[in-house]
Amino acid sequence: MAKNKNHIRDSKSRILFSAFNYLFFLLLILFCAYPLWYVFVQSLSGAHVAGKGVLIPNEFTLTNYVQVMELRGIFHAFLVSVARTVIGTAGTVICCMLLGYLFTKEQMPFRKLLYRMVTITMYVSGGLIPTFLVIKAYHLTNTFWVYVLPSLVSAYYIILIKTYVEQLPASVEESAMLDGAGVVTIFLRIILPMSMPIVATIAVYASVAQWNAWFDNHIYTFTRENLTTLQYTLYQYLNEAERIAKQLEEGNVDERLLTLTPQGVRMTVTMVTVLPVIMIYPFLQRFFIKGIMIGAVKG
Amino acid sequence: MQVRMAEIPRRKKKKQWNLFFLALPLILVVFMFSYVPLLGWSLSLVEYRPGLVLKDCEFVGLKYFRLLLTNMNTARVMKNTLIFSLLGFCCLPLPMLLAILLNEINSTRFRKTAQVITTLPHFISWVIVYSIFFSIFSTEGMLNQLLLSMGMKRQSILTDRHAVYWFQTVVSQWKGVGWGAIIYIAAIAGIDQELYEAARVDGAGRFRCALSITLPSLMPTFVVMMLLNVSNFVNTGMDQYYIFKNNIIYNNIEVLDLFVYRLGLQQGDYSYAIAAGIFKSAISIALLFIANMTAKRVRGESIV
Repeated sequence: MAKNKNHIRDSKSRILFSAFNYLFFLLLILFCAYPLWYVFVQSLSGAHVAGKGVLIPNEFTLTNYVQVMELRGIFHAFLVSVARTVIGTAGTVICCMLLGYLFTKEQMPFRKLLYRMVTITMYVSGGLIPTFLVIKAYHLTNTFWVYVLPSLVSAYYIILIKTYVEQLPASVEESAMLDGAGVVTIFLRIILPMSMPIVATIAVYASVAQWNAWFDNHIYTFTRENLTTLQYTLYQYLNEAERIAKQLEEGNVDERLLTLTPQGVRMTVTMVTVLPVIMIYPFLQRFFIKGIMIGAVKG
Repeated sequence: MQVRMAEIPRRKKKKQWNLFFLALPLILVVFMFSYVPLLGWSLSLVEYRPGLVLKDCEFVGLKYFRLLLTNMNTARVMKNTLIFSLLGFCCLPLPMLLAILLNEINSTRFRKTAQVITTLPHFISWVIVYSIFFSIFSTEGMLNQLLLSMGMKRQSILTDRHAVYWFQTVVSQWKGVGWGAIIYIAAIAGIDQELYEAARVDGAGRFRCALSITLPSLMPTFVVMMLLNVSNFVNTGMDQYYIFKNNIIYNNIEVLDLFVYRLGLQQGDYSYAIAAGIFKSAISIALLFIANMTAKRVRGESIV
């Protein structure tokens, strides 16, 4: 009897707690998702009226999207972003996979030394200015390759790959070796197909990093318009909008500036820039999580 | 590693130089982009001008380091960096709390949805984050339009010198709290279910279980996260602060990384900027060692 009573009391407070817990997470979801939703709504809104277009589009229209298509250089910027994402990701995945695999081979001379040399770069780096000067000295500024080459080998990915390949069964590789297959053949035909989960993990990380990158564009290629990425285009619009906001505050508005990129267009560019990430993320979430998991196990 | 060793009969393996030469081009890339810049540190001891080579520069010794340590700006920038880091440090329990609460949600679908949505901001670029927050909080943004339509005064948080610290903390939590919870969610999944069953038999409710089993089980992970956070105290990164900076709040938002950028790439004081960068690296490495030593003492295992 006593136990039964206890049970009932317990479940009552439990229900109360559950209700609060759900409410809390609903609010948290709102906190995380609403800002994005607002941008989405604004990109579909026509006129901007104070207090309107906060929850659903005000005067639903696609004109913003049509206008964005017609913006000078936006399609080109999109292509540059796609190009750096595809080429950069492919390069990073291939290079890190190969090096990570080679680091599992005990027959490699200086293996430990070289591995140490790569992993130490996670903690010690020359810093912004020396890296900038070095990239300038290599004549990589104002070239497409500045987007790809510096991130080709990443210590973190190498550690993930090495950890993964080490737990693969060695017997398959051994038998291939007895059949006389060379290292490259074994890597391409056996290790790579067996490592698809880690390849996918690194590919999603690297591609999001490439797609989101803007700072390299800002300091290395800002004078070359045909190397401008989507992120940097948005950054430039934002700077412009900030100038307008400041002028409005000071009360002396340059009318020319005001018509340059209206808020709706800016919101639409934001949407176009963020959409690829939002679209792939829910489907690939498990790969993102796998990355942090292997990393955590390794410490 | 051990599994592989056990399967292969132990024999002396002959070194294969082809493996080495296969790796060489990639090692060269690492060398070019991670090691050659370290040579640039020597430029902090000379009066470097673009276009000059090291031997043509005037040697000034520790001038820039002395300048750095006596400059009022350094104290201000360090103060900003530490405030942002400390606020971030105070928020460290949030992801853990989130994971514990999420674990109490019964509906799998709701749990999965919450997880996807709260982790998403982590993968959005800072440019986008700024665009979003600008559209909401700028003087012409949503918040002010709402305030105006309700007959209230304009607020301009983005240009409020006193709001910088907490506002930037909110922004970084918005971006990172969900993702931070992932590691704790995995740790919860790894807790032995028998512990819970035993506790339930003893009459413990869900709350008691969370307090006496889940929370203590997460403590080792929390300690590691705390130490990693400490070792990154001066590495605030610059993306967030660079993108949110403006003239009005600049003195309050300027962190060490931003300081280096301003000295070097905006003012062209390369030698001074490199000295500031070295200063940052030195603190960072020292903190890493301290954190690592603490980790060894606390849990008998290092974090790096």
